[in-house]
Amino acid sequence: MLEIKNLHVKLEEEDKVILRGVDLKVNAGEVHAIMGPNGSGKSTLSYVLAGRDGYEVTDGSATLDGEELLEMEPEERAAAGLFLAFQYPVEIPGVGNMTFLRTAVNAQRKARGEEELSAGEFLKIIREKAKTLKIDAEMLKRPVNVGFSGGEKKRNEILQMAMLEPKMCILDETDSGLDVDAMKLVSDGVNALRDAGRSFLVITHYQRLLDHIKPDVVHIMAAGRIVKTGGPELAIEVETNGYADLLAGVQ
Amino acid sequence: MAVLQAKQDALAARIAGLNLEHKGWTAEPRAAALARLTAMGLPVKRDEYWRYTDPAVLTAAATPAAAPVPAQTPAFAPIERLKVVFTDGVFDAAASDDLALAGVEIERLATAGAKDIHWAQGLYGQLETRGQVPVERPLAAMNTAFATDGLLIRVTGRAEKPVALIYRHESEGSDAILHHCVKVESGAEFTLLESGAVAARYNTVLEVDVAAGGHFHHIRTQGRDHDRRCVTHLFARLEEEALVKSFTLTASGRLTRNEVILELNGDDGVAHVAGAVMGEGAAFLQDDTIFVTHAGERCESRQVYKKVLRNGATGVFQGKILVKQGAQKTDGYQISQSLLLDEDSNFLAKPELEIYADDVKCSHGSTSGAIDETALFYLQSRGVPKAKAQSLLVLAFLAEALAEIEDEAIAGDILHRLELMLGAMED
Repeated sequence: MLEIKNLHVKLEEEDKVILRGVDLKVNAGEVHAIMGPNGSGKSTLSYVLAGRDGYEVTDGSATLDGEELLEMEPEERAAAGLFLAFQYPVEIPGVGNMTFLRTAVNAQRKARGEEELSAGEFLKIIREKAKTLKIDAEMLKRPVNVGFSGGEKKRNEILQMAMLEPKMCILDETDSGLDVDAMKLVSDGVNALRDAGRSFLVITHYQRLLDHIKPDVVHIMAAGRIVKTGGPELAIEVETNGYADLLAGVQ
Repeated sequence: MAVLQAKQDALAARIAGLNLEHKGWTAEPRAAALARLTAMGLPVKRDEYWRYTDPAVLTAAATPAAAPVPAQTPAFAPIERLKVVFTDGVFDAAASDDLALAGVEIERLATAGAKDIHWAQGLYGQLETRGQVPVERPLAAMNTAFATDGLLIRVTGRAEKPVALIYRHESEGSDAILHHCVKVESGAEFTLLESGAVAARYNTVLEVDVAAGGHFHHIRTQGRDHDRRCVTHLFARLEEEALVKSFTLTASGRLTRNEVILELNGDDGVAHVAGAVMGEGAAFLQDDTIFVTHAGERCESRQVYKKVLRNGATGVFQGKILVKQGAQKTDGYQISQSLLLDEDSNFLAKPELEIYADDVKCSHGSTSGAIDETALFYLQSRGVPKAKAQSLLVLAFLAEALAEIEDEAIAGDILHRLELMLGAMED
C-alpha cells in the first residue's frame, strides 16, 4: 500500500533538515502507529506525504500502490486514495461544511472517472455517517470548522474520512485535545472504517489512543528516522518508561 | 485661481456639445445645477476626492471609444420583473415592457420633463444638491444639468415585482447621461435592478427619497463591458424607519467609480450598501466612494465592500460615516477588504469616521490579504483541485457582501453569475 524509502526532507526556506532517511512500509489492511518525542519529524512526515508546500524532498520516494506520491499535487494524492486527518483542522469562514464535503467527494469521483453524486444521494449518505459520529445537522451547515470545539473538529475530520473512503489514512495526533469520551467516539469512527483494503498510519504521543485503535505495528521515530519497529508492546514500553531508554538503546 | 480656471475651461470643453433643456419643470433645477457646476468646474486628480482615481477620462471633451458589448443573457433573467431598456442611453420602447405596474407610477424624464409641474420637482437635483456638501461632486451636478433621459418612479404601494433597468451598449462612441428619481412613499416597498453595459462612457445619477417606513432595494451588476468608463451616483435620503439596501457586483471595465451618498434623516432608519468586485488586469480600476450621514437617532448603517483583485487590478475604497450632533444611538459599521490574488494588484482604502454625538457605536475596518494558503492546502488535501479551491475561498471572501441582498432569488442569481465568472477563471 504505502511504501516510503529513504525519505530525506528539509525546510524549503531554511537549511533545516527534518527527515533523515525514513523507511516505512504499510501493507493493505494494516494499522501502523508512529510514536516519538516532540520534534522527531512525525507531523512533517504526514505533511510531506499529503503534499503541503514549504518542504523540499532531497532524496527518497513515497509510493501509494506503486504510484509516486511526491510528484503529485495534493488533490491528486487525495484522489489516489490518501487522506490526512489534520492535527489542527483548518477553519474556513464562509465555506459551508456541506458544500465543502460535497465538492471534495465529487472532485475525487470526477478525478477517478466516476459519476458525481447528486445532492440527494450525497445528503442521504452524509446524514447516515454524521449520525454515527454524533455530528448534527447544525454542524454540517456551519462553515468548515468555524466555532467547532476541539472534539467537534476531530469528529469532522473522521466524517470527511468516512465520506471520502480513502485507502490510506494518516491520522496526525488525532487524539490531541480530546477528552476520554471524544477519543472513544473518534476511535469507534476509525475502527468502523477498518477493512482489508484500507490501511492506517496513526501518529500519536500516547498509548491511550492505541488502546482504542489497535495497531499491528508500532514504529518509534527520532531525529527524522524510524529507529525502532515492533508490535503493540512497543507502545506500552514507551508509556511505561518514556523514550530515553529506548533511544539510548538504539544509539 | 489658476486651478479653478483650468477646471472651468475643461468644463466648457466638455459640455460644448450638450444641450441644456430650458423647457418644462426641469429647466429650473437644470439651470441651478449648471450654476453649481460652473462654480466648481470639473474634477481633477489633484482634488482630494479623486486622488486615487484619475477622472480625466470622465471629464475629457472627447468620448473614448469602447467596443460594443454583444447581446447576452441579462442579469436577473430568472427574476420576474418589469423590463425597461436603454440602448446607448436612449430609451428603447420596442424592447421595454409597458411602464405599468400596480402601486408604481413610472414615467420617462425625457417626456415627463416637458410638463410644467410634476411630483419629481421636489426631488430632481435636490438630493444631488444636498450631497455637494461637504464634498463637491461636479460630475453629479453635470448629470442633473444635462441628463437626456431616465425614469421617474413614484411608489405608493408594495410593488409586486422589481423594475429592471437593462442597459445595452451598441455604439462605439456613445456617451450617456441618465438621471433616475425614485420616490418611495410612506410604507411603500420597491426594488430596482440595474444591469448591462450602458454606453462607451456614462454618468448616471439615481436619487432615491424614502418616506417614513418605506423600503427601497437596489441590486446592480456591472460587467462584461471591458472598456467601461463610468461614474455612477446613488443619492438616498431616509426618513423615519425607512430602509435602503443597495448591492453592486462589478467585474471588467477600465474605470468604474460608484459613489453612494446616504442621508439618514429620520430616526430608526436602516441603510446598507455593499459591493463585490472581481477585478482583472492592469487596466482595471474600480472605486467605491461612500458617504453616510447620520442625522436621526438610533439609525443603523452598514458599508460592506469586498474586492478580489488580480493581474495588476486596482481597487479603491473611500468610505465615510458622519454622525451629526444629536444622532445618538447611531450604529455605524464599515468594512472594506481586498483579496489580492497576486503581488501586482493594488487596494487603496481611506476609511473615515467623523462623530459629533457622544452615545454612538461605530466601527470600521480595512484589510488587504492574500489567499489563505493553509485553507487552500486543506481543501486540496481533500481532493478539491487548486483552482476550484481558490474559487471556493473567493466566494467565501465575498459572502459578507452578498449577504446584504435580501431577496433570495436575486441573491441566487448574483451568486450564479459569480460562479460562472470564477468557473471561467479556473480554466
